[in-house]
Amino acid sequence: MENNAADYENSFYQEKGRYNGVLSWLMSTDHKRIGIQYLAAILTFFSIGVMLGLLVRLSLIAPGKILSQNTYNQVFSVHGILMIFLFIIPGVPVAFGNFFLPIMIGARDVAFPRLNRLTWWLYLAGAALVALSLFTSGGPPDTGWTFYAPYSIRAQANITLAVTGVFVLGFSSILTGLNFVTTIHRLRAPGMTWFKLPLFVWTLYATGWVQMLATPVLAITLVFIILGRVFGVGFFDPSRGGDPILYEHLFWTYSHPAVYIMVLPAMGIISEVIPVFARKKIFGYKAVAYSALGIASVGYFVWGHHMFTSGMSDTARIIFSFITFLVAVPSGIKIFNWVATLYKGSIMPNAPLYFALSFIFLFSIGGLTGLIIGSLAPNLHLHGTYFIVAHFHYVMFGGAGFAILTALHYWFPKMFGKMYPEKPAKVGWFILFIGFNLLYFSMFILGYRGMPRRYFDYPPEYFNLHLISTIGSWILAIGLLVILVNLLRALFRGTQAPSDPWGGKTLEWKIASPPPAENFHEIPEIK
Amino acid sequence: MSYERGAIEKSGEQRDQTGAKYGMWFFLFTEILFFGGMFILYSVFRAKYTQDFHLAAGEENLLLGSLNTAVLLTSSLSIALSISALKKENYRLSVQLQTATVLMGLIFLVIKYFEWTAKISKGIYPDSPVLLKMSAGQILFFGLYYVMTGLHGLHVLIGIVVISFMIYFTKTGNVTSGNFSKLENTGLYWHFVDIVWIYLFPLFYLIT
Repeated sequence: MENNAADYENSFYQEKGRYNGVLSWLMSTDHKRIGIQYLAAILTFFSIGVMLGLLVRLSLIAPGKILSQNTYNQVFSVHGILMIFLFIIPGVPVAFGNFFLPIMIGARDVAFPRLNRLTWWLYLAGAALVALSLFTSGGPPDTGWTFYAPYSIRAQANITLAVTGVFVLGFSSILTGLNFVTTIHRLRAPGMTWFKLPLFVWTLYATGWVQMLATPVLAITLVFIILGRVFGVGFFDPSRGGDPILYEHLFWTYSHPAVYIMVLPAMGIISEVIPVFARKKIFGYKAVAYSALGIASVGYFVWGHHMFTSGMSDTARIIFSFITFLVAVPSGIKIFNWVATLYKGSIMPNAPLYFALSFIFLFSIGGLTGLIIGSLAPNLHLHGTYFIVAHFHYVMFGGAGFAILTALHYWFPKMFGKMYPEKPAKVGWFILFIGFNLLYFSMFILGYRGMPRRYFDYPPEYFNLHLISTIGSWILAIGLLVILVNLLRALFRGTQAPSDPWGGKTLEWKIASPPPAENFHEIPEIK
Repeated sequence: MSYERGAIEKSGEQRDQTGAKYGMWFFLFTEILFFGGMFILYSVFRAKYTQDFHLAAGEENLLLGSLNTAVLLTSSLSIALSISALKKENYRLSVQLQTATVLMGLIFLVIKYFEWTAKISKGIYPDSPVLLKMSAGQILFFGLYYVMTGLHGLHVLIGIVVISFMIYFTKTGNVTSGNFSKLENTGLYWHFVDIVWIYLFPLFYLIT
């Protein structure tokens, strides 16, 4: 079944189903169409989020001249809400997971295709609610993306709508996870045993469980916020006997595992890309697979490290700190195995590998600085400073964000049937990489010197580093622009992509680019 | 197990009954965690304000609470029997048992309505002047009472709607002895709602 797949059927773009035009997309239960729609949506929200981020950076080199204090609070809050809940949490699973999970396990679709379509509608509804909260009475949320109580219960801004939107998005995320886990259990092709699963599938499996086990806790916490605002139920309101620290506990019980919802599938992408471009099998397949489960399970018990300065017993803090260090072990296993895969490989220096390698570099910096703030003594100094901001941008953007760019370049030929020119992709990558490090590494130093996060203004001695950081943000934006324009041009002017441009061995490379509507003429058998 | 395929028909129709059950169980896990958030709040606040909780729980109507427990437990039995009836192709009986379940669900909500209105008429509801004059623990107890029984009641209501659809499906031949996973999963959901109540009942009515 090597290369005869090219022309036996129409691609899924031609199979419209019962509807025409936009409805042929919105009403489709085809996992590939749903994946493409999600991809368009998350990249749109990413672009808006980037612009808001640029605005925050711009305001910081001239406090008061561009944004007022209140607008500044709203802009960074909306930047966070968009980037977290609309871009990076759905991120890899909804776009690339939807498109490739069924193909990679040799199935025709996910286990519950109509439920899959429902998640997409819920995502749209959640996004619409969040958007509505920006423009209706009260104004955009100014609480930061964390909605900390009791401020979120008392604030004048339009928190209720935004929180309802996030609740709906969470429901969408739960159902996606449920669908993927069921799919992996039930729809693997004959011979596709657990330890033949591509590693991307393994990480989607682990992610699916985290989505199911963590997101409901966020959902109920957000319900409490809404009930607090609408009915005056004061579970987090100290004036009514409630406890704001409980909010933090419940919120981070979800929001720390959510970090792994973002980064686990990103690691899966890297585990696919590195072996293909090193022309070798992945080093230590089982260790990489198990480490995904390890991260998912241990990551559930470390939320307390977000609250070291919130008031907890020393025993609790020491335990949370210790478990935090444990999470670093499976992450380290992955990093070492990727590097070991490259060792003595016959490396093809194509654009996807550039992005994948920079993922390893940036994620390692993000991970190691995570250990610095995961230990108690430095945390007391660094908590709530720019060091934290730098750390999570290295993990989220340098990790998950770069992985999305990796996947975009790796799977672009398969998803759209077009090749993009390599050179602009690499130039874009280079500009992005330089801009990224200027932007966020300056923040490590700023934070170390005591600059608190979310502050509108600062003493003059921080100015130079803020300036470097802001200049970095412009360079980063240019890099992103080059990358996206290059891909958009290729969408219309690219040359026809072969079914397997990189020499990949997973099942998606055995079928035509773009894939036919039902993926496989006959369900493949894996030997 | 992984070799069973053909689950996905061309229309995207789901026929893999085991797969459907997996999906339902996963969904119930998420429900447990959803309610888990509330039970955690309950335990934290109970530990903090034991005396206030003791006082406030005296307000609860044990008779109506017990009655509701009996009604809901019986409805769990009737939905279980309706599945057995369906599998034995006794569709008429199955429909009757499902209808009985719906009715008992409605009775549960009516009783709950009387309990709530009795409290509200005394001025006890979130943010009420009467409640805000009480001690912190009592405010929290009644807050938890309204939120937990309210969200549970919402689940009962959703269950009633879903079972009504199942009655329709059984009548139209969409749910049959060979294709029963829809009804079976509805039954699982209903049992879950029942089990949540089995925990709510002692926490609000019995331990005072």
